[in-house]
Amino acid sequence: MRTGMMNSAKSSLMLSRSANRNQRLTRWFGEGFLLVVTSLSMLAVLFILIFIARDALPFFSWTHFKEFFVSTAWYPTQNPPSFGALSILFGSLLVTLGAALVAIPLGLTAAVCLSDVLPFRVRQTVKPVVEMLAAIPSVAYGFFALIVFAPALQEHGGPMLAWAFWLVVTPFLALTLLVLADLAAARFAENRQSLVRGLVFALLGAMAAWGLWKTGRRLHGLEISSGTNALNAAIILGIMALPTMVSVAEDALQAIGRDLRMASYALGATRAETLVRVVIPAAASGILAAAILAIMRAIGETMVVWMASGNAARIPEPWYNLLEPVRTLTATIAGDMGEADQSAGSAHYHVLFAMALVLLLFSLVCNMISERMIARTRRRLR
Amino acid sequence: MQTQKQLLIAGLVALTVAAAQAAGDAKKIVVDGSTTVGPIAKAFAEYYMKAHPDVNITVSESGSGNGAKGIINGSIDVGTMSRAMKTEELDAAKGKKRNPVQHIVAFDGIAAVVHPSNPVKNLSKDQLRDIYTGEINNWKKVGGPDLKIVVISRDTNSGTYETFQEKVTKSERVTDRAEYVGSNGAVRQRVQSTPGAIGYVGLAFTEGVKALTVNEIEATTDNVISKKYPISRGLFMYTDGAPAAGTALADYVGLYKTADGKKLVGDQGYVPVQ
Repeated sequence: MRTGMMNSAKSSLMLSRSANRNQRLTRWFGEGFLLVVTSLSMLAVLFILIFIARDALPFFSWTHFKEFFVSTAWYPTQNPPSFGALSILFGSLLVTLGAALVAIPLGLTAAVCLSDVLPFRVRQTVKPVVEMLAAIPSVAYGFFALIVFAPALQEHGGPMLAWAFWLVVTPFLALTLLVLADLAAARFAENRQSLVRGLVFALLGAMAAWGLWKTGRRLHGLEISSGTNALNAAIILGIMALPTMVSVAEDALQAIGRDLRMASYALGATRAETLVRVVIPAAASGILAAAILAIMRAIGETMVVWMASGNAARIPEPWYNLLEPVRTLTATIAGDMGEADQSAGSAHYHVLFAMALVLLLFSLVCNMISERMIARTRRRLR
Repeated sequence: MQTQKQLLIAGLVALTVAAAQAAGDAKKIVVDGSTTVGPIAKAFAEYYMKAHPDVNITVSESGSGNGAKGIINGSIDVGTMSRAMKTEELDAAKGKKRNPVQHIVAFDGIAAVVHPSNPVKNLSKDQLRDIYTGEINNWKKVGGPDLKIVVISRDTNSGTYETFQEKVTKSERVTDRAEYVGSNGAVRQRVQSTPGAIGYVGLAFTEGVKALTVNEIEATTDNVISKKYPISRGLFMYTDGAPAAGTALADYVGLYKTADGKKLVGDQGYVPVQ
């Protein structure tokens, strides 16, 4: 195609042979230059991978491979040392999962609200404020987590959890109940529908309220002995990841454009129907990208987890207990790097690179999955 | 890695020596070793260089082991160490015809601290060990209230951790419930705000928290000096042979005996030698 264009250009402009050669040379030079610049960033990724792998491989070659992934005993400076990183891998995953649970629903709701619910002028002021969360240095978040949030969790942890639980769960339960009551009523004759709806709603409502009360009481009575734990780190990380989630997801929702929304309204859909069945599915790939970016932000964060997570290298009991301290990969690398090459022979030094390699591979895999899923949603939409 | 670093250090030393010779008669003292003794060595260096601008002192902190290695290899003038040289190290030094001389420049005591509201006043060294190994996990087992013990430790790189391990937990593993923080100040902050917490800090960091007596002995400067207090250690500088009197090296290493030197040691949170 390009040669065709070149041919037609040549015939119409009647360039001389030397001018044509100059043009070709210029083009090659320009393209080559652009290629070099583009590949620089690729090379950077490649070199990071190579250098981390080079320092990580000695560790794995010393038959530590199994211990690293299976054992939970992390005593790198003990004599003899043991390098079981299972609890640390688990800590990273637990904290990241917690952060995702905070950032993704909250961020998506905020993004939808910003793009489709709030008037334009309000959005113009709210969005920059949310994005300012990203400008706060992570050590400031960590300081807040350690000095303010941790003692607050210790002193009022139970009531705080109970209130948070009520605030989050009540609206969802109420919505679900309304839908359920409607569904139940639809099975009956028209003149009985309102009665059935009321009865079902009252019955389920009473059960839900009882459940809410019971769970709330249990949470209320919880004693948190140490405020620097997985929950603390997860909430702070979730807030840190929020601007990424909101900003990228909102851009994706905006990119859908007016046409789709107008078409949906024209077919008689309400705003809720348009949002849930048209706008969000159409922006799914962008929202997914936002979620993965937010997760990357959370798993790579170091300072906050070093200060807020407690750094105890053990798997909580039971495993989902967010109220126990955990240790993450990033905090371990940062905390142990100082003297690692001198203090306990070099295995301690190389194990930290092994951790960095695991982190890097994890984000590469995540990136690949997101690319795959984005491509799939694009195909389906087409 | 190790050898690369040593080569690098050796190269740097050679370069600086050459540079110093080229520059004339400027005197040069190279100090390397413990991160615990590092602050003292740096304070001494700053103080000494202010009085003697012609002397150049560089202080590195790469761990006590490297302090010993530097003296054995002859690559440094002063090796700072937070432990005494081991017999193997002394033998290695003799093999290279070196004569490491020990100077005790300060003492370092580590206080076990709890929340001010905690009624427990004393722990034996064995109880302290059992708390840190996880055998005792509730304050009621050591005469306190029914409260879970939150074990707080320094990160495994710190000299304070090393001393605590050497004097208290010995070869036993610290419980995996222990929370790790990065500085003496952070230990104090966590203990201050957590009712069930126990931590250990240098003597200079006990303000705002309650220091326990260990084996009924108070963690005070006097008790550290008299060696009654069980969790303490000497901090050392090593030189190859006793430095000749009147040289810059002798003056620098001997600073700990002067009144100003003692004050500098105290300012860094350590206990000066009497």
